[in-house]
Amino acid sequence: MTTPAAIPDLLPTAPGAGGAGAPTRQSPIANRKSQDPLWVRVTLTALALGCMTVLVIVPVVSVFYEALSDGLGTYWKTLTADPDTRHSVLLTLTVAPLAVLCNLVFGVAAAWAITRFRFRGRTLLVTLIDVPFSVSPVVAGLMFVILFGLQGFFGPWLRANGLQVLFTVPGLVLATTFVTLPFVARELIPVMEAIGPDEELAALSLGASGRQIFWRVTLPNIKWGLLYGIILCNARAMGEFGAVYVVSGRVAGETCTMPLQVEMLFNEFNTPGAFALASVLTMLAVVTLLLKVWVEGRKKQDSPQRHESHTKEHKEE
Amino acid sequence: MAQANTRVLPGYRLSISFTLVYLSVLVIIPLGACVITAAQLSWDQFRAAVWTERARAAYALTFGAALLAAAISAVVGLLVAWVLVRYEFPGKRVFDALVDLPFALPTAVAGLVFSNLYVANGWLGQFLVPLGIEGSYSRLAIVLVLVFIGFPFVVRTLQPVLEALDAEAEEAAALLGASRWQTFRRVILPALMPGLLTGFALAFARGLGEYGSVVFVSGNMPLKTEIAAFLIVSRLEEGRPNSYREATAIATVLLVASFLMLIVINRLEARSRRG
Repeated sequence: MTTPAAIPDLLPTAPGAGGAGAPTRQSPIANRKSQDPLWVRVTLTALALGCMTVLVIVPVVSVFYEALSDGLGTYWKTLTADPDTRHSVLLTLTVAPLAVLCNLVFGVAAAWAITRFRFRGRTLLVTLIDVPFSVSPVVAGLMFVILFGLQGFFGPWLRANGLQVLFTVPGLVLATTFVTLPFVARELIPVMEAIGPDEELAALSLGASGRQIFWRVTLPNIKWGLLYGIILCNARAMGEFGAVYVVSGRVAGETCTMPLQVEMLFNEFNTPGAFALASVLTMLAVVTLLLKVWVEGRKKQDSPQRHESHTKEHKEE
Repeated sequence: MAQANTRVLPGYRLSISFTLVYLSVLVIIPLGACVITAAQLSWDQFRAAVWTERARAAYALTFGAALLAAAISAVVGLLVAWVLVRYEFPGKRVFDALVDLPFALPTAVAGLVFSNLYVANGWLGQFLVPLGIEGSYSRLAIVLVLVFIGFPFVVRTLQPVLEALDAEAEEAAALLGASRWQTFRRVILPALMPGLLTGFALAFARGLGEYGSVVFVSGNMPLKTEIAAFLIVSRLEEGRPNSYREATAIATVLLVASFLMLIVINRLEARSRRG
């Protein structure tokens, strides 16, 4: 909760929309703040910022410091000269979007089924969607080795048909999709639950087809929530390590995604190379954060009253 | 929730069947295959696989480090959430956004950086190593990197709770003569407890399975700094006829642990929603 001066860019239309909750909430906050003595406030703020500095800021700064320590020219050369590194960037840019696309379609379908209909086992389904979050990525990778490995369930059949899943791009996509499965669905379910089916029912009664309802009514309502889910899903997909570590076989220049290539370079004592590639991943993470802040702003601007009580993530203020 | 009890809207069959097929292919069948494979071992083989000295050391380290890191995360997360919600300071919005960085940063990068910061000539290691604090290639290193990964869970679960806290209860406590500290302990902390526990449980669950960052910082020495996930990978890579079944057996132990955590988290979340 900052003074209104700090958030004008987020709430340009504040009087109509954001004004609803603001006045009632601001006065108690102001009172509360006066309750902690100054020294407590200063000490706690210093401690918190100290923790944040040691845990987050120093590591991020040091990535770029290490990557750029020999100058920009060397940095660029380290990054682009190694064909394996170049390949890892391309591979990540292939695998992550494919995994995101799968989970995007799944997320929309699951959210539609769960929030628009009542059926037996609905709660169980919601829990099942969460399962990948609580399975260790290494175990996730192992599951696919069990299914598709030579000694595994489908291994002999795949081999007989000249197919291979492990150590190939489809295997990487599969493992990444599993690990990032809940992101879009988890984001959409509370959003669609909060919006309710009224507008869609109205469209239906006016004779809209299923497709028209989705594209003209549902999608415009959920677009920011959807984008938010995609951003989180993509960040995790690009950074996934444990699961792809197990299914990839780690063949440099073939099945090493960017995070795997970082580990490869690190193990070869190629610290400059590892940090150069790590700096690219860090930049992607920073871009993710910026996009996230932007989308959160748009989401609230679109419907401040709708999402307020439901979003589990933090609020902007 | 006066929702469509009758299935008026279109797409029920399509969306539910797609959801079920997708979840079956990606979640249920792979999990089932894992359990079936572990079950192919006889009880003695299973016990021999999951209860070696090396495996026991790995479980103890995995659970211990995740537990300790989650506890530290709870304290740090409470502190950061409190300051971000209650106080004003320059750059607050930047700090708020930075809390999410550990979510967005690939764990391999976190591992690489942390392993480099705490070595004897690293930025932080140069001060800590002379004091005997080995923050690299040690158990402490694992805890440190797990705190980095875990504390945002606590901040993000507590922030909404702190914002929604009823100011009147605090004011009433103050009016009745409670000191600020008493108000915190007796009024604020109990209200935060469910959220704090949920954040703790989320951080703990994440720490149990974490691999990418730990593999860089710990040194992975059997019996000393080897976590359960690393043991699974090394068993898998041994390539003996039965070694992948043994890996699966250890994985099953981890799976059971994480499902227990999932149940606990669901209970906690349900309770904090009601409270």
